[in-house]
Amino acid sequence: MPLYRDQAIVLRTYKLGEADRIVVALARNLGRIRVVGKGVRRTKSRFGARLEPGMVVDLQCFEGRNLDTVTQAVTLETYGDTLSQDYVAWTAACSMLETAERLTEDRVPALQHYLLLQGALRSLAHQEHDPGLVLDAYLLRALAISGWAPSFYDCAKCGAAGPHAAFHIVAGGSVCPACRPPGSAAPAPETLRLLAALLSGDWAIADAADERHRREGAGLTAAFLQWHLERGIRSLRMVER
Amino acid sequence: MYEGAVQDLIDELGRLPGVGPKGAQRIAFHLLQSDPSDVERLVATLTAVKERVRFCELCFNVAEAERCRICQDPRRDPSAICVVEEPKDVVAIERTREFRGRYHVLGGAISPIDGVGPDDLHVRELVARLSDSAVEEVIIATDPNLEGEATASYLSRLLKDVGVRVSRLASGLPVGGDLEYADEVTLGRAFEGRRLLNA
Repeated sequence: MPLYRDQAIVLRTYKLGEADRIVVALARNLGRIRVVGKGVRRTKSRFGARLEPGMVVDLQCFEGRNLDTVTQAVTLETYGDTLSQDYVAWTAACSMLETAERLTEDRVPALQHYLLLQGALRSLAHQEHDPGLVLDAYLLRALAISGWAPSFYDCAKCGAAGPHAAFHIVAGGSVCPACRPPGSAAPAPETLRLLAALLSGDWAIADAADERHRREGAGLTAAFLQWHLERGIRSLRMVER
Repeated sequence: MYEGAVQDLIDELGRLPGVGPKGAQRIAFHLLQSDPSDVERLVATLTAVKERVRFCELCFNVAEAERCRICQDPRRDPSAICVVEEPKDVVAIERTREFRGRYHVLGGAISPIDGVGPDDLHVRELVARLSDSAVEEVIIATDPNLEGEATASYLSRLLKDVGVRVSRLASGLPVGGDLEYADEVTLGRAFEGRRLLNA
């Protein structure tokens, strides 16, 4: 298969040599791919602008010995360009792209991750909700797709029906009084309701949440993400909320 | 693998950006075959660069004194500051001979994915420079990629209340190209930044 074609979301780029870039993208069918864009840093490049983070493109690549080379790129959505005009949304988008890169593997199909990321970028670009809420919803759902769905109602250990007051990241979310490990957090009930709404997509509840609960929810989400990824997402500390 | 000094030289040259193992080997053997005076001149130049060159205390461009040549030049317009990412961007803009103001080198662009935020750049120093009432306009000339755009949007938001005019270099079609090959983003920006011809 010397030539192949797939739709992809550009996750990040690295400079390579004089004017090339290594492009890391999440492809719809192939999963995470690393390809080389030859000469894309030159101002006259035909597809330099298309291979920027957050852009959704139809890629055609030629298989190489180590890295494949982009031979054609057609823009499908210019979310990256729109988001770069809004600094707050851009920092949120960068955290999503970095998380997607960390949660996927090279050449392992990840259609659910692709669809989730595309939807989140679309929501950010169209300013449908607060960028911080969209980011937290994306992070929780991306973790759920990867098999680490937190529980915000039933006890994460014994399954006892909630709501429960305690929350423990290592245990997997809300915990009942019997299962509560030492050092469990005690977030506001409204915060747990907000996080459950973000995970399930109940935007009416999420949009109505006040600032204090949004901040607490963002902290719990970041801690939950860091625990499962074993390393922090660098761009997350730069998100302006 | 070569022995001793030759291999050390190849290893050191191979650490330079854009120089691979083959290139390093080629340069090393070129140096071995060169006239000793040429090599001494190269060594003296490298030493002088490290000893003499520093960053301008005002604009962070490369300089051989506390202030760079441009900041010392009284003929430069103090009312306009052009903000660029790297010292090499200063050279690129100077080549145009269109800009007679002064510069401010940020030292990169905001890139959250790479862990580079506003605090890692010379943003605070830029704001401090603007307290000088002589500055009337800040021209943001960061790279026309998304990191450069995000940096520009951050700066424009930050400088909104400072009381100076903030402008951004135009984006659009490269001179000498065909319209049909322009990508959608570039063409869209060219339309946004179009100018009247019969005004």
